[in-house]
Amino acid sequence: MAMPPHATTFERIWRRLYLAFCAGVFLFLIAPIIVIVPLSFNAEPYFTFTRDMLALDPDGFSLRWYDRLLTYGMTAPDAVRDGAWWADAWANSQWIHAAKNSFIIGISSTLIATGLGTLAALGLSRPEMPFRRAVMALLISPMIVPMIISATGLFFFYSKAGLAHTYVGIVLAHAMLGIPFVIITVTATLAGFDRSLIHAAASLGASPVTTFRKVILPLILPGVISGALFAFVTSFDEVVVVLFVASYDQQTIPLQMWNGIREQISPTILAAATILILFSIALLTTLELLRRRTERLRGLSG
Amino acid sequence: MTTAADTVAAGDLGPLTTGDGTPLKTALARATRRARLKALFLVAPLLLFVIVTFAVPIGQMLYLSIYNPVFSDNMPRLSSWLRDHDVAQVPGEDAFKALVLDLTEARANRTHAQVGTRINYERTGATSLFKSTARKIKRIKGPPYKDQLLALNEEWGDLHLWTVMARAASPHTAAFYAQALDLSYDAEGDIVRAPENRRIYGHLFLRTLFLSALIAGLCLILGYPAAHLLASLPLKYSNLLMVLVLLPFWTSLLVRTTSWITLLQSQGVLNDMLVSLGVLGDDGRLQLMYNQWGTVIAMTHIMLPFMILPLYSVMKTVPKDFVRAARSLGAGPVTAFLRVYLPQTVPGIGAGVLLVFIISVGYYITPALVGGSSGQLISNQIAFHMLQSLNWGLAAALGALLLGGVILLYWLYDRLVGVDNMKLG
Repeated sequence: MAMPPHATTFERIWRRLYLAFCAGVFLFLIAPIIVIVPLSFNAEPYFTFTRDMLALDPDGFSLRWYDRLLTYGMTAPDAVRDGAWWADAWANSQWIHAAKNSFIIGISSTLIATGLGTLAALGLSRPEMPFRRAVMALLISPMIVPMIISATGLFFFYSKAGLAHTYVGIVLAHAMLGIPFVIITVTATLAGFDRSLIHAAASLGASPVTTFRKVILPLILPGVISGALFAFVTSFDEVVVVLFVASYDQQTIPLQMWNGIREQISPTILAAATILILFSIALLTTLELLRRRTERLRGLSG
Repeated sequence: MTTAADTVAAGDLGPLTTGDGTPLKTALARATRRARLKALFLVAPLLLFVIVTFAVPIGQMLYLSIYNPVFSDNMPRLSSWLRDHDVAQVPGEDAFKALVLDLTEARANRTHAQVGTRINYERTGATSLFKSTARKIKRIKGPPYKDQLLALNEEWGDLHLWTVMARAASPHTAAFYAQALDLSYDAEGDIVRAPENRRIYGHLFLRTLFLSALIAGLCLILGYPAAHLLASLPLKYSNLLMVLVLLPFWTSLLVRTTSWITLLQSQGVLNDMLVSLGVLGDDGRLQLMYNQWGTVIAMTHIMLPFMILPLYSVMKTVPKDFVRAARSLGAGPVTAFLRVYLPQTVPGIGAGVLLVFIISVGYYITPALVGGSSGQLISNQIAFHMLQSLNWGLAAALGALLLGGVILLYWLYDRLVGVDNMKLG
């Protein structure tokens, strides 16, 4: 957006300042995330750029922290890297253990949150739904209530119910935390949904289940998937509940990072962080593709 | 019931009925009821799930803030004596007899330390008093109990201790809320403000509110121009810039916190840069972390997308012609902005500020990692009492106060923005 030719000098200076300020804000947003990527290849155990790194000397860079990420916790990390070594890594490496847990917990809780959440969003979007506002407020509250309070509540509840230190307990807790996101995204998709399509399907003889499968689901699928992604990320990134109710068996990636930051801070964490950044770029891309698809579908139906 | 007379009165047509002769009104009511049930039926499983895994646990936790039966359960005789009598002075032989019998039993059950800890919440030194007395309790053979106990430790003759025990005799207590509000009971049992050096939580609540407001304010200052730029650029460019907002939004919290530790450490990137540029001497490195600065900087970064996204979605709907019209009618750029553009973006400002403030007030992870001791928020203190000091009643009371505040803000958010209108990404 260029300045019009009649702009005054003051306006031109102001415009420059404004653009510079915005550039600063975007730099502030992205620089901290980008800066740790090269640092994760540091050959030295420091959190800062060494002279060699700045001179782009290959000796300043190494993959040692990525290697450490893989081998940390292994029984024989220095053995020859054959099948047995990889089996050892798969079974004993702490970060692999944490990654496995994060995926198991994340996927299970996402399935629960998405299933129950989508059903509930269908109910909430019906005009006949009684107490709509109150129910909606309750269902969204896990997102608003401070995590420390939810975690504290679960801590007591789970110790009494025998769910502390179990996968089931953490999966249920994470499902609960992911539900608001599913509700919000699916309800938003349903808001643009043409309800006469349901009546049309019914008048053509489709059963409610068929109507759901053939008419409703395909149209709201992008919303459901993006809700599921939100739920997954919520679980994948959650640490407070895990901190309160998990034992070593349920150690997840964020908990591993939390412990790493508090205890033996080493650039291994930067290597883990870099991998997670790549992971979030992949998620963001998926979500963007979904958004475009929704817009296309909206364009068709509207 | 419709009678023939009504039919005549209503005219010749009679009431409308469906095919099978049911009055239309009844049929409609029935259909509505069925539709309502269907909607409810779809929501029910989730509602049940959220109630069981969320509402009930939190409710039970909050109950701990007013319910602590440790003393009344483990010291049954003394508790019942204390409930029946008014403690205006140090009581006599009966009460001491109950105390000795209860303490002997508590020692056998190994609960005397817990009991001492419960009294210790309101009177420091009680834990060791209970422990040491329980250790020597066998020396007391028979009556008179009072003199022997006072000989063991004369603290038992202190009225304040007895008023504290009298309050603990009831399993329901307001003591934890009093403590969370920096109030305490004096020797006579009246509520007074705690001594200045023991007022912790009021200060902490104020700090939490102040830092959250500061973070929300900083986010607004940084986010408003950025959102404006995003909303005014052609889609081709703004989508590209949007990635710079969404990538941090989608990046793990711990990754972002790690990044800030890397940057802000005294041996970190930022300080190194300033030193090599000659802005700072090597001995003048800035302490940017493990204090309030750490919390404010890292949390502003984490919250900024929560400000930019709602602002952006509101700014997108503001027609550009309005500002142009104002300018062509002679308004200066400042007037046009203040009187035409800004008022139209107020819903976005409200949504963003409230959202950032609500999330910040309850934040735990980032302050715990980069806040040091001066950058801690109320959540950190709750976690401390939960996991370390094990004063669960106080943790629950602090939690209840925090939750009350957040619910109030959430209600405000719902009134102003509407939870249904929340935009995600």
